[in-house]
Amino acid sequence: MASPPAPPELTATVTDGALRLSGDFIIWTLDKLPAEAASAKTIDLSGVGRLDTAAAAYLTGRERDGVTLQGLSTAQAGFLDTVRAARPQPETIPPEPTGWRAICENTGRKVFSSLSFLRELAEYLGRFLSAILRSIRHPRDFRFTSLVYHCQETGLRAVPIVALMSFLIGVVLAFQGASQLQRFGAEIFVVDLIAIAVLRELGILLTAIIVAGRTASALTASIGSMKMNEEIDAMRTLGLDPDMVLILPRVLALVITLPILGLISDIAGLAGGALMSWIELGISPSMFKYRLLADTNVNHVIVGLSKAPVFALIIGIIGCHAGMKVGNDAESLGAQTSTAVVNAIFAVIVADALFSIFFSEIGI
Amino acid sequence: MTENVIEVRGIKNQFGRHVVHENLDLDLRRGEILGVVGGSGTGKSVLLRTIVGLNRPVAGTVRVLGQDVSKLAGPAREALERRWGVLFQNGALFSSLNVRENVEVPLRAVPDLPPETRSALAELKVSMAGLPWIANDKYPSDLSGGMKKRAGLARALALDPEIVFLDEPTAGLDPIGADAFDRLILELRDSLNLSVFMVTHDLDTLHTCCDRIAVLAEKRVLTTGTMAEMLEVDHPWVHEYFHGPRARAATASDREGKE
Repeated sequence: MASPPAPPELTATVTDGALRLSGDFIIWTLDKLPAEAASAKTIDLSGVGRLDTAAAAYLTGRERDGVTLQGLSTAQAGFLDTVRAARPQPETIPPEPTGWRAICENTGRKVFSSLSFLRELAEYLGRFLSAILRSIRHPRDFRFTSLVYHCQETGLRAVPIVALMSFLIGVVLAFQGASQLQRFGAEIFVVDLIAIAVLRELGILLTAIIVAGRTASALTASIGSMKMNEEIDAMRTLGLDPDMVLILPRVLALVITLPILGLISDIAGLAGGALMSWIELGISPSMFKYRLLADTNVNHVIVGLSKAPVFALIIGIIGCHAGMKVGNDAESLGAQTSTAVVNAIFAVIVADALFSIFFSEIGI
Repeated sequence: MTENVIEVRGIKNQFGRHVVHENLDLDLRRGEILGVVGGSGTGKSVLLRTIVGLNRPVAGTVRVLGQDVSKLAGPAREALERRWGVLFQNGALFSSLNVRENVEVPLRAVPDLPPETRSALAELKVSMAGLPWIANDKYPSDLSGGMKKRAGLARALALDPEIVFLDEPTAGLDPIGADAFDRLILELRDSLNLSVFMVTHDLDTLHTCCDRIAVLAEKRVLTTGTMAEMLEVDHPWVHEYFHGPRARAATASDREGKE
């Protein structure tokens, strides 16, 4: 029966350039070596009991510097041979560029990777479109159940949060607009302010941002975990096309539901605005309705809702692409999910800015 | 009779109403390689986890190097943990660290060890585990299954432990890789004087490596003994295991190798 071990002890003495060791020469006692040990020409190990890899590495290192080892037992000598044979041989690694070269190389790599990111997004858009064409030509390949399920997940389930958020945005606009417009006695124009802001920009933009946060992450996580689990490879070997099975229903569900969500968001925003105008400015709901119908061009609604399918494509493609980029480890799943959300929100805002410029140029 | 480094007495493990082990006894002697075999679900990995203290048994005692694992806490437990190394089934490498840093983790427990010495030692262990130099800077996600196991072994051996626990070390390796791993374990046992507790299904490994074999069945260790003794056991499962077609192939190749 082994008893609890005594703390390891090492005694080292240096006489006439000879280092004499006794006790346990192991990793825990390496620091017990005296400073003069570095200049010893021979090392006598006859008193050493235990000898571990760390000590063996030290001894073989000293041996290469021309130090003689004495008093090794057969087992210890054999062990030193093993360590000597296992000595890692550094391989030459191509030198890393420095200075200007490094800056140029890093910049080049970044530019190239962002260009290839755009190229891959274009590729996924193409795969989505070709999947649509294929399902028009072969309607049997189309997964209708899956589409309905994803419409429910990305559309129906998002209605409460989208409606509540837009309602509150309407309230905020009415409240802030009222306090400014009251100074000019132009309270009634708060209706135009709310209508244009919500219908043209905020309703659909905020909906897209919420959906980007909600759905892009869910897309990446679900496709990414299937990728990690080799399910996507399994699908390919079973003759199922991931474009048809995974990408098409998910992205198409987004394209269908985002305009509907945008419309719900518009209505909720107007309702919030009307309620606050009534409370704050005394504009009755019927007055609000009259002003809204008489003065607001229907173009605002068309402009707003026409952006929705484009935003839906952006969110869906970015989410699916990030999911397919997930590697074998859980870490890349997490990294890709957060990248997908950030990229989707960023791309939605960039697209919105481009739309603004476009619509003002053509004068709608 | 050599001393026992592990003594398991009367272990009972239970998950809910499912009893995995009952009245289980097992010994590991110093310097031997013990292979633990058993059908799926007989609790081989649970036994390993119980011995290293990751799973608390309902009843019974586990003594490792003379100390009761369940009664140790704080520094005494840490001191004991430094005297064993565990290789988990898939290596269980820390995914945010590269191979060298993974092996350095246990070495960080040593006070006053200069960082250069630490990384040199880690590189030596990586090389002793049979990995090439370039593997040092790789992350676990870049490694193949066999390389992960080797890196896991390098980490388990970092502090030159007295006992090594291996959970299916050759599962998922190709025959050549599995053979190399067997020889590596034998070599390291001889040079580092290890005692090895190995859970395995690999009959070739049992033939080449193991000094003794323990068969887990009917919630306990059914029998222990050398390979030759196993072939004589009358129990139907044990007979099927060691006389099945795969076992015959392994025995035949073993005999050829010896002649």
